[in-house]
Order: sequence, then C-alpha cells, then structure tokens
Amino acid sequence: MNATKEQTPSDIEMLLPWHAAGTLSHSDSERVAAALARDPELARRYAMVRDELGETIVLNETLGAPSARAMNELFAKIDAEPARKPSVSLGLAARMSGFFANLAPRTLAYASAAAVLAILLQAGFIASVMIKETSPGGYVTASAPSDVMKTGSIAMIRFAPQATLDDVNKFLFVNKFSIVSGPANGGFYTVRLADKPLPKAELATIAKKLREDKLINFLATVE
Amino acid sequence: MQTTPDEVLIARIAGGDRLAMQVLFARHHVRVYRFVLRLVRNEATAEDLISEVFLDVWRQAEKFEGRAAVSTWMLGIARFKALSALRRRPEQELDDETAERIEDQSDNPETTLAKKDKSSQLREVLSKLSNEHREIIDLVYYHEKSVEEVAGIVGIPAATVKTRMFYARKKLSELLKEQGIDRGWP
Repeated sequence: MNATKEQTPSDIEMLLPWHAAGTLSHSDSERVAAALARDPELARRYAMVRDELGETIVLNETLGAPSARAMNELFAKIDAEPARKPSVSLGLAARMSGFFANLAPRTLAYASAAAVLAILLQAGFIASVMIKETSPGGYVTASAPSDVMKTGSIAMIRFAPQATLDDVNKFLFVNKFSIVSGPANGGFYTVRLADKPLPKAELATIAKKLREDKLINFLATVE
Repeated sequence: MQTTPDEVLIARIAGGDRLAMQVLFARHHVRVYRFVLRLVRNEATAEDLISEVFLDVWRQAEKFEGRAAVSTWMLGIARFKALSALRRRPEQELDDETAERIEDQSDNPETTLAKKDKSSQLREVLSKLSNEHREIIDLVYYHEKSVEEVAGIVGIPAATVKTRMFYARKKLSELLKEQGIDRGWP
C-alpha cells in the first residue's frame, strides 16, 4: 500500500467495519462485497476487521453487568418523581397498543369487550358534545353508535402506527370494508366488515385473519 | 415470540407506566452499562450513570420523536452523561483507573498463559485506545450502529464517523505493532 493510499483510504475500505457488522445498506453492502471479491488485499484487510469485531464483542462481554443497585436506585428515584398525568395526545395510540400487546390472548379477548364498551361510551359522549349546539334535543346517549352497529358486521379497528393512508385505503378496498366512523379516542375506527350480520364463527375467523395483518394494531368485533 | 417494540414501551413510559420502564431497563441496561463503563472505566460510576440515563429516559420519554432507534437515543444520553462525569473527575484518577480497570479483564490469572495469544493482545490494545477511538469501535462493532446512527450518537458528520473509525483501526494496528504483532497494515 503506498503512502497516498494510506492517507486517503477508499470509501470502500472505510466501510469494511460496517460491512462486517452487517449494518450497511443493501446497495453499499453489495458494493463492498464486489470489491472484496476482486481485490485480495482488501479481502486480507477485511479479515483483520472481522478479527477486531470478534474481539471487541468478547471484550465487551467480559465487562459483566451492573449490580441490582443500579435498578434499585433508578426505581427509587422514579418513585420519588411527581405523579405523571396521562396526557391524551398523539402518543396515546402507541401507549394503548403497548397495553394490549402485553395482555395474554384470553385476557385480551375479555378486555376487548370491555374496551369496545368503553369506546362506545366515549364516542357517545364526544358525539353528544359535538352535536349539542345543533341539536335542540340536547343530550345524546351512548346508544347512538350502537344503532349504526346494528347494520352489518362491525369491528373496532386501530391501524398500526406505520400504516399509511394509502395502506389503509388498499386494505379497505381489497377486503371490501368501509369505515363507519372514526378515528375516535385512541385512534379507533368503526369499520363495517360486511353489510349483513355474519355468523359468529365466520366473523371470528375473519377477525383472526385480520389480526395477523401487519396493518392491524388492534381489532375487536362488535356483536 | 413477539416482544413489545421499544417505541411502544417509550410511549407507555411517557404515560407513567412503571412496568414498561422495568421492561426497557431489563432489555437495555447491560449494553448501556458496558458502553458507559468503557468510557468512564469505573464500575461504581458506570452504575450510577445508568440510573441517571434511565431516569432521563423516564423523564424525557414524552419528547422522544422516534427519529432514531430507542437504543441509539439511549446511547446518546449515556454518552453525554459519561463525558460529563469524566469532565468532573481529576485526570490522575482516570489514569490510575485506566491502568487497573479494563486491562485487568484480560490480565487475570486465567488469561496470563494466553498472553502471547493474538486475540488477547488485540483485546488488550482495544482497551488502550483513546476514549474517542474506543467509543466508535464499540458503537460499530459491539452496539451494531450504522454510520448514521454513530453520527447521531457522537454528534459528528457521517463522513467524520468513517474517517474516525478508520483512524481508530489504524491506531489499533500501531499499538499491536508495538507489541510485536505486525498486521501488515497500515
């Protein structure tokens, strides 16, 4: 290797550590792999990089772990912090998804029913606030949304945070679903899965399949 | 098995969920500790610092915007805490600890016989690198951070990340050469 090359290493050579660690983009990784295949000297240096990577891992793994003191201190400090008000903000959807993710399937099934009820009550309340000024009749009860749900097969769906509008549109179009209302608190949509009430078993099968869709964060059918 | 994504845990922490904090801590505290320990080279200080790092996570969770992975965000906080702690400590204390801390990991009785082994010597010189070089080597090789993620954690441009890593490796070779191992590079 000449002096000039030492001072100005090629871009490929500088990427070797990330190639070894597997953290390069696909295109960069392919570029490095091609260079390694045609340049034996580069391949020799890559072997050094791999040695360094291996020994860095070994070294770090020998450093052990912190004692329980660190955790005890942390949670003592957290407990001493002022109580936090749960804020109804953009983070709510993510927080709720975490809550549901932690539940066991059976618990989730029971919780779903309770969640839907709570959501309907909330929706009813919000609807009552929104139409209060235009409706001389005054108070609208939580039974309003359930009227909608009497037609067809309905589910409460929250889409995954990464789902784009386009994704949701395609999902609805492909499955021939339609949004009845939403989003309500927590990012829930009331979605009509079919125009007619489907048999319970069929609805459960559809729901199970939909829950496996990566676009779906939470789904509960409404009977 | 499906695990709760870090981002979801952070959102729950923002809502004051202590259990989510426990999960996040269990998931990341060892790596954060090791990153900090390699910088401050003192176990007690590193333990104190990880409490502070995770307390910051607790307090700042609501501000997390998801522009970087949660682990990257936490390593950035950890690095800031470690460098602040280093600035507060006398230079002499650092030097003494440098001599007795991490190098001892490879100098214990079990490895003495293997002292001439290339691998153990490589580990030894990895501990002799400057903090600047050590942190970038650790971030790339151990913490598996991309060029862009390292740039975010260290606060330098991506191009500088690549050249700094290159020179860290070059220094490594020079230190090995001083110990009688010539890798034929640089």
